[in-house]
Amino acid sequence: MGKTFAEKILALKSGRESVITGEIVTVSPDVVMSHDNTAAIAKKFKQIGINKVKHPEKIVIPLDHCVPAATEKYATNHKEIREFIQEQKIENFYDINTGVCHQVLPEKGHIIPGTLVLGADSHTTTYGAFGAFSAGIGRSEVASIWATDEIWLRVPETIKINIKGEIPPGIYPKDIILHIIGDLGADGALYKAVEFSGKVIREMNIGGRMTLCNMAVEMGAKIGYVEPDETTIQWLAARTNKKYEIIKSDADTEYEKTIDCDISDLEPQIACPHTVDNVKPVSEVVGTRIDQALIGTCTNGRLEDLKIASEILRGKKIYNRVRLLVFPASMEVFAQAMETGILQELVKSGAVIMNPGCGPCLGAHEGALAPGEVCLSTANRNFKGRMGCKEAEVYLASPATVAISSLYGEITDVRGDLK
Amino acid sequence: MSIKGKVWKYGDDVNTDVIFPGKYTYTITDPKEMATHALEDLDPKFTKEVEKEDIIVAGRNFGCGSSREQAATCLKYAGVGAIVTESFARIFFRNAINQGLPLVQCKEAVENISSGETITIDFEKGKLSCKKGVFNFPPLPESVLGILKDGGLIPHTKKMLKIKEGE
Repeated sequence: MGKTFAEKILALKSGRESVITGEIVTVSPDVVMSHDNTAAIAKKFKQIGINKVKHPEKIVIPLDHCVPAATEKYATNHKEIREFIQEQKIENFYDINTGVCHQVLPEKGHIIPGTLVLGADSHTTTYGAFGAFSAGIGRSEVASIWATDEIWLRVPETIKINIKGEIPPGIYPKDIILHIIGDLGADGALYKAVEFSGKVIREMNIGGRMTLCNMAVEMGAKIGYVEPDETTIQWLAARTNKKYEIIKSDADTEYEKTIDCDISDLEPQIACPHTVDNVKPVSEVVGTRIDQALIGTCTNGRLEDLKIASEILRGKKIYNRVRLLVFPASMEVFAQAMETGILQELVKSGAVIMNPGCGPCLGAHEGALAPGEVCLSTANRNFKGRMGCKEAEVYLASPATVAISSLYGEITDVRGDLK
Repeated sequence: MSIKGKVWKYGDDVNTDVIFPGKYTYTITDPKEMATHALEDLDPKFTKEVEKEDIIVAGRNFGCGSSREQAATCLKYAGVGAIVTESFARIFFRNAINQGLPLVQCKEAVENISSGETITIDFEKGKLSCKKGVFNFPPLPESVLGILKDGGLIPHTKKMLKIKEGE
């Protein structure tokens, strides 16, 4: 019987000939990511009683969670991180003018197929879009890897999701992944590897694949994975000249489960408060009042997302009591959106263009909500209190749905606009 | 390793934002201060009334969401002695062990435990005793128990490196 991607890569990274699902293995990662939490990790690292990180070249640190610093406390946190990277001679450091970690790492060529990437951030699953084994871990674990270059991982079972059919107008990768999460539930892929495959994936661009893998963790997955193909190879060619080996599941692999998902009749999907798996077709929530609309984050802040929004908003004004916040996912995206006139269109429509970063996604700054307010967001989480206020509500949708809804001040079906 | 404590019972999908809100993740660094916000968006009574070695009992997917380790840290420093659930989200599972906070997965026990009762757990034997009876659960793997016994991953790594140095 063939092996899964997860079994093959974890055997490789643990220096074993083969491993089986369920086994606990000790592995050495290729890339270790941390962000604004680096100062807290550095304190834990020092408690181990070591002065120097073992492999500074494996460490990548972008600042993104609260940039520029909102208060003295955040500023002190950033200062401690800058001092630490100097002390440890960490070269792969990206300051506040770069963007969200999950956009920055691939853009800067740190992510290649067949590698093991671990990050102190749950959405580290994003890099599975490039055929990497990529999972979120905690702060103590990053500190421990800095010291030892090792960590234990359990070899996960693999669920294959075969996405087929034709993408209908008005439907985007975000609708597909929300639909899948709604179907499987918040723990539907708990501790599993999720392999996205099928015709729709093969035709999907890298940004869409990143959206899918980014949100795999919202159904409990350890990793998301898309088998690299010509699209991946071309995207990477512009970013890195590192050599890589593509690792794929064997053709005769037996998956724990294979799920067929036909999206030909899919409606735009909305995750309603206060869980990501509380997903409804847009027709059931049309007319819900919104106060704030957010386009951005590691889920949907890429150039294609901003472009979709600008095409919907072109020549129109957003509803007068709605705030539309746009966060390009990286400075590269920001520059491209500026050069191609996308930002200009968005500004003319009444959007506030923010600097690249996580923004208000985790409630830290730049657009927190007040009690009773409703935000429609392209982010990946809508938990109670997520955007800074437990009496506020967050709905999640595609950039197209968020853009059209900002014109009407209520959740709107984008397909009406396309007719 | 065993523990006896009063139960705080919650439902499914208790996420990291209600355990420890994201807005505090980069501003609160003292674990004792973290403890004062534990579960504040789910159960405001919790931090006022929780006592040392109390036990949280919950349904499926406890700790889903962010990788923030403070979700485990704040519960530990609030005095929580163990968490018993039907299942844990994977990063929370790791974080709790790495903070030296013992976990039990036992659906049958969860279904039979009521909020407020006192229960006893023996981690090595894999036995949980409550009013409605005694329930068995598979003990944690030896390597994971080792981290717990050392009081968490940081002291565990420190110890392992010392052993390596001595070799």
